[in-house]
Amino acid sequence: MKQYLTRNPNTQLVNSLRTDNDKGRRWTLVEKLLLGLTPQQYLAQTFKNPLNWFFAIVFAVGIPVIIGRFIFGLEWATGGPQSNAWGLFLGFGLFGMVPLSSSGFQMGSAVEVFGRHDMEPLERLGILNGILGYFFAVVFLMVDLGQPWRLPYPMVVSWGPASVLFLVAWHVATYLSVQAAEMSTSFFEWMGWPAGRTVIKKMALGLAVAGIILSTLHQGALGALSSYAPGKIHPLWYSSSFQWLYFFVSSLPGGLCMVIVVSTIVIKTMAWRCDDNFKLNLDKLHISLAKGASMGLITYLTIRMIGVAHDNKWAYLATGWGAWWMFEIGFGVILSLFLLTTGVRKNNITLIRLGAWTTILGVVLNRLNVYLITFNWKHGEIEIPPLREFMITITIYCIYIATYRFILYRWPILFRWKTQYSEYAVLEATPAAIPAAIAAVAELEACPVGK
Amino acid sequence: MIDRRDFLKGCLACGVTAASIGVVGKNALAAGSFEGYPDAMGVLVDLTRCVGCRSCEAACNNEQKLPDPDLPFDDQSVFKEERRTTAKAYTVVNKYEVADKDTLFRKMQCNHCNEPACLTSCFVNAYTKTKEGAVIYNSKVCVGCRNCMIACPFNIPAYSYSSPTNPLIKKCIFCYETRLKNGRPPACVEICPQQVMTFGHRSDLIEMGHERIKNDPSKYVSKIYGEKEVGGTSWMYLSSVDFDKIGLDNHMQNEPIISNVKDFLGMVPMVLSIWPALFTGIHLLATKNKGEHGDHDHKEGDQQ
Repeated sequence: MKQYLTRNPNTQLVNSLRTDNDKGRRWTLVEKLLLGLTPQQYLAQTFKNPLNWFFAIVFAVGIPVIIGRFIFGLEWATGGPQSNAWGLFLGFGLFGMVPLSSSGFQMGSAVEVFGRHDMEPLERLGILNGILGYFFAVVFLMVDLGQPWRLPYPMVVSWGPASVLFLVAWHVATYLSVQAAEMSTSFFEWMGWPAGRTVIKKMALGLAVAGIILSTLHQGALGALSSYAPGKIHPLWYSSSFQWLYFFVSSLPGGLCMVIVVSTIVIKTMAWRCDDNFKLNLDKLHISLAKGASMGLITYLTIRMIGVAHDNKWAYLATGWGAWWMFEIGFGVILSLFLLTTGVRKNNITLIRLGAWTTILGVVLNRLNVYLITFNWKHGEIEIPPLREFMITITIYCIYIATYRFILYRWPILFRWKTQYSEYAVLEATPAAIPAAIAAVAELEACPVGK
Repeated sequence: MIDRRDFLKGCLACGVTAASIGVVGKNALAAGSFEGYPDAMGVLVDLTRCVGCRSCEAACNNEQKLPDPDLPFDDQSVFKEERRTTAKAYTVVNKYEVADKDTLFRKMQCNHCNEPACLTSCFVNAYTKTKEGAVIYNSKVCVGCRNCMIACPFNIPAYSYSSPTNPLIKKCIFCYETRLKNGRPPACVEICPQQVMTFGHRSDLIEMGHERIKNDPSKYVSKIYGEKEVGGTSWMYLSSVDFDKIGLDNHMQNEPIISNVKDFLGMVPMVLSIWPALFTGIHLLATKNKGEHGDHDHKEGDQQ
């Protein structure tokens, strides 16, 4: 699409009313889906994009493997590990993706709860990143569960409320609904249903607070889950007192850095979709996010050290596992911290973006270390998942990226949706103009579309 | 107006109520550390007696109607590697060469914990600890998350991954349905030609174990494995060598696994009740006098 627009600079993009011959008409749904292009133009730009060809190859190979997993069973796909029962699907897909999706509650609460309205250009991106991460974590879970069709059982059939996983199931389900509600404002704007948007906006504070509660608990719960396996996880990655704090605290910089990384990719590859508000504020916002992430990281580093000191595990640092632990901390936390803080101090956005990458890689590496790499460390060997498990994981991750891009292209995440009611009332700070505008919209809704 | 007398009566009533709540509270606390049903049965496994004939494996296979094994039960070549329980074998015997002593065999199966990690980690409550001591499993509600396999400190539950439509957890159930319920010992115990295993009340078995250690202290290490580990197990072991050398973790915690997550679970209702007011309060403080307390999205309709 970027290349297409370079060649055709006069293309009209869907973001408000049409500006050409039938001025003032609304875009139809098909036009919106095709971004305002004709089907031929749309296909032409699709085929020009090398990422699409990469996806085509991945899907051609990977989707049959996903179907095969449901026809031939889990053993065919993952080799059926009896001792390391959780493989890549959960180790990476659930435990790795959920902390990077904490952006939803952090951006939501920064704007709605703490009144940081300067963060608004990234609020919706943060929430979208949150909901997609959670949604695809559930997709990974569905592939991993032995009997995924029984997924609602912990809600309706049989309760095991003493279990941490029970809490995770309920909270992730509830939190997905909360995020869906938060995200629906963009969808309503895109569909042209301002009434729905107005209702959700009234609940914004409540939704943001619900997001904080649910996130505190289930990000922590994902760590508490590993407290069930005290002898199996290497002591350097295990602390029965602090495990939930490790996971919760590291999810905070993880989520913020994910927003930095995604918005960097966005500005590099789809700047055409971003409005000026987004483009002009991005560097400044990255610095703000990097400040937050640095505070998260230094806290995380401190509690990881306290964890080692609390149980007196220093001796393990001299072993091979200790070297691996120091790599995780050195690369994922200390290097990230150095890059982010130096970037903030010197106003160097490149360093900040680099630091954001090392942070999210460090968080994912930590989750893989806890649930895959050091799991059953006493058995003396690291279980390497079979090829099909990698193929399914990569395929689902590519579906995630494709969905992400599909929504960013269309919904008003990176830009403001300029609606018709702006022509009828100027929504300036005067509060009286707001009900007037809403009334105007309602009137407009009543009229047949397309006039 | 209340007079002084009514006031005192009120105080008294409150005090009594508070006291009774206190009593209830103490009971609840006592129930917090469950030490097993009083009449629970168990098995004491004296590993010094085992000769590795694998007849227990055969008996289990027959009793539980499991599929035929890959190698026959009298094949000794299986001892070349350390095996674990699988979906096709609820009990396996492993051979351990211990330096200064000769070889030792160890039978492994579900140890039927007093407060099982599989049970407490299960989010659909598929496991039950029966009053007879068995940990049984309800395949009808199992979703297949395999958290029990992660949680089991002995790596016992196996999963029948090969079934695409109905994969389930497979593990020893103490022959609950066919035997234990009627007071009979499990199949492996009954078949054993060496009398390695003794079936009885768990409390009696602990006494018996200590008796054996006392009578022949040179033969046994001074510990019954399973008496205290992870809150105590129904199956317990006596050995002539350190338990670490025969594949049993000798540094296992004495508290049940659930105690590792109790602190976290206890925090949940607190977060649920404190956070709403805390963060709404912060919101009020953070946005006071900023003049954009309501709809801050008023820039929505800006013209390009």
